[in-house]
Amino acid sequence: MIALAQVAPLTAPPIDYAAIAPLLVVLGGACVSVLFEAFLPRHQRWPAQVALSVLVVAVAGIALGVYAGTAPAAGIVTLATALSVDGPTLFLWGTLLVLGFGSLLLIADRSVEPGGAFLASAVERASVAAAPGTTSGPTGVDPEHVDRSYGAPGEAPTMQTEVFPFVLFALGGMMAFVAANDLLTMFVALEVLSLPLYLVCGLARRRRLLSQEAAVKYFLLGAFASAFFLYGLALLYGYAGSVKLVAIATAAVGTPKSDALLFGGLALLVVGLLFKGSVGPFHTWTPDVYQGAPTPITAFMAACTKVAAFGALLRVLHVAFGSTHWEWRGVMWVVAIASMAIGAVLGLTQTDLKRMIAYSSVAHAGFLLLGVMAITPEGVSSTLFYLLAYGFTTLAVFGVISLVRNADGEATHLSQWAGLAKRSPILAGVMTFLLLGLAGIPLTSGFTAKFAVFSAALGDGMAPLVVIALVFSAVAAFFYLRVIVLMYFSETPEDGPTVTVPGAFTTVAVTLGVVVTLLLGVVPTLVLGWAGAGGLTG
Amino acid sequence: MTAPPEVLPATGAASVAWLLFAIPAVSALVLFLAGKRANAWGHVLGVGSVLASFLLGVVIFVQALGVAPDQRTTELSLYSWISSGTLNVDFGLRIDPLSLTFVLLITGVGSLIHIYSVGYMAPHASGHGADADAHAEPSSDSSRRRFFAQLNLFVAAMLVLVLGNNFVLLYLGWEGVGLASYLLIGFYQDRPSAATAAKKAFLMNRVGDVGLALAIFLIWLNLGTLQYTEVFARIGELSGGTILAITLLLLLGACGKSGQFPLQSWLPDAMEGPTPVSALIHAATMVTAGVYLIARTNPIYDLTPTGRVVVALIGVVTLLIGAIIGCAYDDIKKVLAYSTVSQIGYMILAVGLGPAGYALGIFHLLTHGFFKAGLFLGAGSVMHAMNDDVNMRNFGGLGRKMPITFVTFGLGYLALIGFPFLSGYFSKDAIIEAAFGQEGWQGWVYGITATLAAGLTAFYMTRLMIMTFFGEERWRNLKAPDGEDYHPHESSPVMTGPMIVLAIGSVFAGFVLSAVGLNQWLAPSLGELQESPDGALPHALVPWLVLACSALGVLVAYLVVGRRPTPVQRPEPVSFPVQAARRDLYANAFNETVIERPGIWLTRALVFLDNRGVDGLVNGLAAGLGGGSARLRRLQTGFVRSYALSMLGGSVFVVAALLAVRFA
Repeated sequence: MIALAQVAPLTAPPIDYAAIAPLLVVLGGACVSVLFEAFLPRHQRWPAQVALSVLVVAVAGIALGVYAGTAPAAGIVTLATALSVDGPTLFLWGTLLVLGFGSLLLIADRSVEPGGAFLASAVERASVAAAPGTTSGPTGVDPEHVDRSYGAPGEAPTMQTEVFPFVLFALGGMMAFVAANDLLTMFVALEVLSLPLYLVCGLARRRRLLSQEAAVKYFLLGAFASAFFLYGLALLYGYAGSVKLVAIATAAVGTPKSDALLFGGLALLVVGLLFKGSVGPFHTWTPDVYQGAPTPITAFMAACTKVAAFGALLRVLHVAFGSTHWEWRGVMWVVAIASMAIGAVLGLTQTDLKRMIAYSSVAHAGFLLLGVMAITPEGVSSTLFYLLAYGFTTLAVFGVISLVRNADGEATHLSQWAGLAKRSPILAGVMTFLLLGLAGIPLTSGFTAKFAVFSAALGDGMAPLVVIALVFSAVAAFFYLRVIVLMYFSETPEDGPTVTVPGAFTTVAVTLGVVVTLLLGVVPTLVLGWAGAGGLTG
Repeated sequence: MTAPPEVLPATGAASVAWLLFAIPAVSALVLFLAGKRANAWGHVLGVGSVLASFLLGVVIFVQALGVAPDQRTTELSLYSWISSGTLNVDFGLRIDPLSLTFVLLITGVGSLIHIYSVGYMAPHASGHGADADAHAEPSSDSSRRRFFAQLNLFVAAMLVLVLGNNFVLLYLGWEGVGLASYLLIGFYQDRPSAATAAKKAFLMNRVGDVGLALAIFLIWLNLGTLQYTEVFARIGELSGGTILAITLLLLLGACGKSGQFPLQSWLPDAMEGPTPVSALIHAATMVTAGVYLIARTNPIYDLTPTGRVVVALIGVVTLLIGAIIGCAYDDIKKVLAYSTVSQIGYMILAVGLGPAGYALGIFHLLTHGFFKAGLFLGAGSVMHAMNDDVNMRNFGGLGRKMPITFVTFGLGYLALIGFPFLSGYFSKDAIIEAAFGQEGWQGWVYGITATLAAGLTAFYMTRLMIMTFFGEERWRNLKAPDGEDYHPHESSPVMTGPMIVLAIGSVFAGFVLSAVGLNQWLAPSLGELQESPDGALPHALVPWLVLACSALGVLVAYLVVGRRPTPVQRPEPVSFPVQAARRDLYANAFNETVIERPGIWLTRALVFLDNRGVDGLVNGLAAGLGGGSARLRRLQTGFVRSYALSMLGGSVFVVAALLAVRFA
């Protein structure tokens, strides 16, 4: 044991608990949520899980607010430099928490779909699926084959409350992802955020096969992308001898090793991240998964996964590869153009609203890349602002989509939205406003965000790309407008869908999205200030 | 160049100038959201809100008249929109002679057209005689409410466009009027042609919008501000190339919105909208936004003679194209539409002349606003009488049946062709004089083309008058497209009233505006109007030349159209020039080849590459028709392996490209 004694005593790394409190609260809350699932009787789970989730997000938010008040402007690196808590991290955490809160409200809602949108495995549903022609709603079920999860006949069916711990874990993973200061932490966080998402995608109460197919596709392609990420990580470790972002940046300026490792590694790493951010041509999962997943989960993925992926991309490109941006920027130009083109053009041909918004998300990912590629403080702050603005708008859009239903569940085919304004002028008005926000009309957050991102890109010498982006945002505006025209100026179909009166949860979530979309368009100053406070710390 | 006038804070009535656009905006919102409840009183609110705006505009105008000219340029700061680090944009209104002129035009003509629409869009029951039921235009209480909501939205957006004191508000208004125009062109939703026209208008406008957005970004990038006052004060700091780029991009925006070459072909198609819309949006106000844009940014254009030459050339080309095509159409609204294209060409030419023409362009814009709105309302009245037929070959001899329409339309016609001492005579002749006043080749090219087009204008308008109001009553032997007989009749007073007011404007506006000194009134905004020197032709000669040319046009029209019976069937085949004019000088064919086809190819290629879009589309349609969940399931036919292949392809590209960039 002499040899051991000679080794310096292993000291635990200092941890700044105040700084990482929001993350700890969310992950801890997720663990408690699992315990709830294990020990509470079925009928108590829903209220308990909802209360816990809201509490967790609220406490995390408070912890974040308290810490942000006293945080050093330059940011800190803690947990043995695994996490970097700086200005952008705090902003992204705040964004994730508020968007997560909105998503949790949509998930918790049981008024729109009786019993909530989530249901157990297909095995339990076999009896219903086997009877052709029956709808999966509670009305068409043969009493002989009532499946357990609907509870006793006449009672509202209960929902699969495991979705709450899953979402909390995913949220925690996302928060770690955007703060990760080395690639290994980032990879672990990537898996923590991805695995629960694969599962919850398959939990849709309606159109189960669609939902499960989406989940499997997402999982397979996600695993594929993770492998790219991991291989890139390995190459970069070979190059820099470290997985720390700063070490890669240092190595890039002064090492005799072949740059093939550096750029090969960067390429593979970025592919993994672009996949999560649904940037074309790595977007292929997006339409299927957005369409198949339960709508509240789609909202969660569209808003929060986007934030997490671009937050991490921002950190990787700015901290580790900021000095070599002349080499990689040209390639990213092509990716950004491809993403904008795919999103804007294919969005035009879609006939399903959720798929259309999915392609819109691909186009937005292209616009976001413009901000990410600008290696300037404006590039960082405009991307952060864009993420917040886009997240709220898209969250509310999916909230609204979940309200338009017929006997088969959500009516997402475009033809079913024809003449909706006649039945529900308020819903049509809200949707119109949100779509104008996505199109980037002034006085909505979409315009401010695009303005900020484009001017950041212009300021960093990407004028031709901005021209292209403007052209594609002009094209993309067309399919948003098409929905508006459809809602206001088409005749209502005979067997058109009905507009469900939303319960408190969905109402709050949609209202939140609309108000933020408006406020960030009309008075964006305050939030722009926050987004611009402090740079990335490695 | 005179120094720009000092900008003062707005006081008195002008301090509530935001109400100008807030009133119609709120009215539009109420009409949109109130639903059926507002059917009974929707049109009253719609008309009332624009009238209220108009009255407020008059009060502010009178107040501005009361102060010295150098104190008429005021700004009203609303709030600070963005103030963060390098981004600083204040929202505010600029209330100066130019914007006030537009406010009065928009709300004044807007009020008249709103009133006219009450009658035009009235539900069937309101009694237009026996043929009321024969109307092809679907009108009901709820569609009339919707119509007024959109019309109010348009007025609000247009007011924002002209009142903003920075480029962001301009852009907001610009997008807003585009949206309202799109909605209104497609108003008759059951007509596929209306939907197509709306799409075309939207797409061609977007081309222009991209130009405007780029110009704004370029200004922003170079000057870091978007307030007019700051931009105009500092624009001289930029290099000539940058200024030229900004002016050309602004011009692209103007071409899109104002239907100028090469983006002119959406405007005639836009006539698919209800006729009051054609009168207000696609003749009197929105399409003049391009002229406003160039006039407003005159300090930028002052610095670039090259940019102004391009503007003037665009104007010249457009005014000639519009006049030529106008001669070939049989559709009464399309003739008027090409006439609009041509007349806006005159305005663009005028503002392209620089300090010698800015005020003349606005002058012609105002007189044109009166007579063209009047002509469109007259055309609407004719259509109302003729079961919504627009083919002039089916008209004839209507002057006796509808005397008020005939007289008001006739006065508008005389004003348009520049009959001495009517509106068009003052404004158009002034532009042609200034055009001849240019140095060198420019004077000859601009002047001669403008004069020639004046002759063509006289020809096609006389042809229109003869075919519609004179000659044989060809409709007696014909059935309307809806299978009914024609029973022409005069329109109701709520429609003829505005037509009479506009006719009075067509007669006197030119004289009055030049007598009271419109040019001096606009000087604080546009600079003093420079008298153009005698250039290619002496000024004294120009009016006679134009008059002779117009008289020749009228005479030829009389000889060709008036003395012979008009065939009901369109003659075929015809000579190449006529054929070309009928085909819009092949503008649509050009667009199709250059823009549409590549666009379709791009879409197809992407869909193919995305390797599920095709399936998605086809299956989506099937699922939409059938609606069954089993069919819906088939929506997802994309194979994971093909997705993975696409990802792999992308990854190989990224890796290869990065390495290639590094080691190349």
